[in-house]
Amino acid sequence: MISALLDNRRFRSWGGQILLLGGFAALLAWLVTNTVSNLNARGIRVGFDFLWRQANFPISESVLPYNPSDTFFWAYVTGVGNTITISLLAIILSTALGLAVGLARRSKHPLISGVAGVFVTTMRNMPLIVHLLFWYAIATTSLPAPRMAYHPLPGVFLSLRGFYIPSLDLDGAALAYVALLLAALVLLVMFHRKIIALVRPDTDHPILILVAVFAAVALVLALIIRPSGAISVPAIKGFNFAGGLRLSPEFAALMLGLVIYTSAFIGEIIRGGIDAVAAGQWEAGRAIGLSECHTLTRIIIPQALRIIIPPMTSQYLSTVKNTTLALAVGYPELGLVVGTVINQTGQAIESIALLLAIFLTISIAVSLLMNWYNARVALVDAR
Amino acid sequence: MSTLNMDAVGALPNPSLPPRRTRKSFVQLLFGDLVSACLTVAVGALLLSMVPVLNWAVFDAIWTTNDPAACSQGGACWAFIVAKFRFIIFGTYPPDEQWRPLLVMGIILAMILGSLSPRLWGARLIYLWVFAVVVMLVLMAGGVFGLEPVSTSKWGGLPITLLLALLSLGLGFPFAIFLALGRRSNLPIARMLSVLTIELVRGLPLVGLLFVASILLPLLLPAGWSIDKLGRTLAALTIFAAAYLAEVIRGGLQGVPSGQVEAAKALGIPGWKAVAHIVLPQALQKVIPPLTNTAIVMVKNTSLVLIVGVFDMLSASRVAATDPMWPAPFVESYVFVALIYFVICFGISHYARWLESRVQARSYR
Repeated sequence: MISALLDNRRFRSWGGQILLLGGFAALLAWLVTNTVSNLNARGIRVGFDFLWRQANFPISESVLPYNPSDTFFWAYVTGVGNTITISLLAIILSTALGLAVGLARRSKHPLISGVAGVFVTTMRNMPLIVHLLFWYAIATTSLPAPRMAYHPLPGVFLSLRGFYIPSLDLDGAALAYVALLLAALVLLVMFHRKIIALVRPDTDHPILILVAVFAAVALVLALIIRPSGAISVPAIKGFNFAGGLRLSPEFAALMLGLVIYTSAFIGEIIRGGIDAVAAGQWEAGRAIGLSECHTLTRIIIPQALRIIIPPMTSQYLSTVKNTTLALAVGYPELGLVVGTVINQTGQAIESIALLLAIFLTISIAVSLLMNWYNARVALVDAR
Repeated sequence: MSTLNMDAVGALPNPSLPPRRTRKSFVQLLFGDLVSACLTVAVGALLLSMVPVLNWAVFDAIWTTNDPAACSQGGACWAFIVAKFRFIIFGTYPPDEQWRPLLVMGIILAMILGSLSPRLWGARLIYLWVFAVVVMLVLMAGGVFGLEPVSTSKWGGLPITLLLALLSLGLGFPFAIFLALGRRSNLPIARMLSVLTIELVRGLPLVGLLFVASILLPLLLPAGWSIDKLGRTLAALTIFAAAYLAEVIRGGLQGVPSGQVEAAKALGIPGWKAVAHIVLPQALQKVIPPLTNTAIVMVKNTSLVLIVGVFDMLSASRVAATDPMWPAPFVESYVFVALIYFVICFGISHYARWLESRVQARSYR
């Protein structure tokens, strides 16, 4: 009877799985009981009530307004805001630099491809945290005091107190104007076929038509809204700079390290994607009389994108996760805020659970977004 | 008449041959047209702007001095690296016993050199590695054979970096195989648990896992159990490595044609034997190049242990640079550490390329 049961395939596989699940549940239960007894022994109370207490610790810089009299909850929100900001900035900048690096590596020009190759090899083979600490060391020990700051470009000052760059001071109308322009640009790109068909269907230069339409829209909007803004250039006043935008050494080191490191990887992804499109596609494009530009935009890039997007997604995700290394240079992103809160309150379980939950949410959101985009790209030119 | 014909034929390109390649000279490549000339000038300007860096690193640098004050002149202070070399490499390991970590590194190097050629791979090599790891841990910890005991809180420097990378990969690998098989299996509970584990770990930053290991693990275990900081860090790195290795191995499992399993079934080979002797060997062979990639990632990731206060090479160099005797040579320290990482990772990636070319040469099927 028992041996017959053991020989039954269904029984065996389900029995094994139930054992597995039981073992997993037992492990979880064991961990939970341990934790409860440990917490009781140490007199720690678990709960998220602490979130509404006053935080009483400073956050050195943040995108969202924050001061120490805010709650712990707002401190977390500030940390998340910083994390999202540096992630987006790092992703945009490193994609731009990575594109340049990837194209440079494919260049026929020996110096360009050589320099790009050396860049990629050296930057990829060193840990990110070493990059960050290196740039932080440069920004905090090797730069001069504000009075003798390096002045590599007009309006740009590099000093021990931070990097100063010119900034754009915009009023509310100007911000609305910029937002409207962006919206117009998106609409223009979305409906470019219809607009061209409406204005001049027989044109040879569709791009020029689009530019003209955009310029007209921009002009009309400017006349209606009347934006005003001023460029503020940093200048030395006493012992420090006034005007302009200050980038703290922490932020500058984080951005430099993260962008340089990530762009080396993105460059390789882009180069791999372009290389993977068969040379015959270029030749076929030429053979049917397409211009080089059209071959690139209509034949090569759509196919290369399909190869590039999956590794690019995981690269973007790991960039978001890599921003947690900012705590090595003291930039107050989520990881650093969590560390500080744990030191202040001892609410380790809740804080770490929040950290993990937030990163899981970001990871899942990004992969869903990228999967959606990937499906779209795959559908557009499905054979 | 016939000569004229021959000339005419000779002037036309032979249609059966590919068009002749026009090879440009180096100068032509650099200055052939306007765009490349501009690019050449731009790259030249970029390289010229590196001259101050070169001056700092080589010509103005101080290479040997015993007087820290001589180092505050503007050039790189490589003399500092010379003076602190032992500290950066061995950390706070007792100076009289530093031959032990040195021997450990020698064993690692010898074992790696000995395992390079695929011809030697096999079960015997795995046993040898297990033995070597035990010997290395005994050497580091001491307490037996008359070796003075050294607590893990004093371990440091390069041996920590190497041991963490090696152990996290080695311990993570068996877990990774189970996770990958679970994810590919058609048993729903096993698949669900594997997917959950893999995606959970891969969705989290390593810093988060290190936080969990260093802060939460003592709370999760019964009161009497205590794992030291190094062990907890190793646990986090192992789980992390296992999840990433599992995804790589899954790729290999997907690449094994289903005909292989069907053939095994037709021969009456039981399921687990078919997996162990037919599917896994083929799957692992396919994923050797991406596995070396994961190895590079793990070597680089060991540097994150600095965040939870484990004294690896990077922490040692940072602490060394805070010595008030020297003029804060942080940049030099980090450049030195970066070079060591570069040598290791570059070595692994070149080995991977060599291995790949060998595999390609042998894939005659």
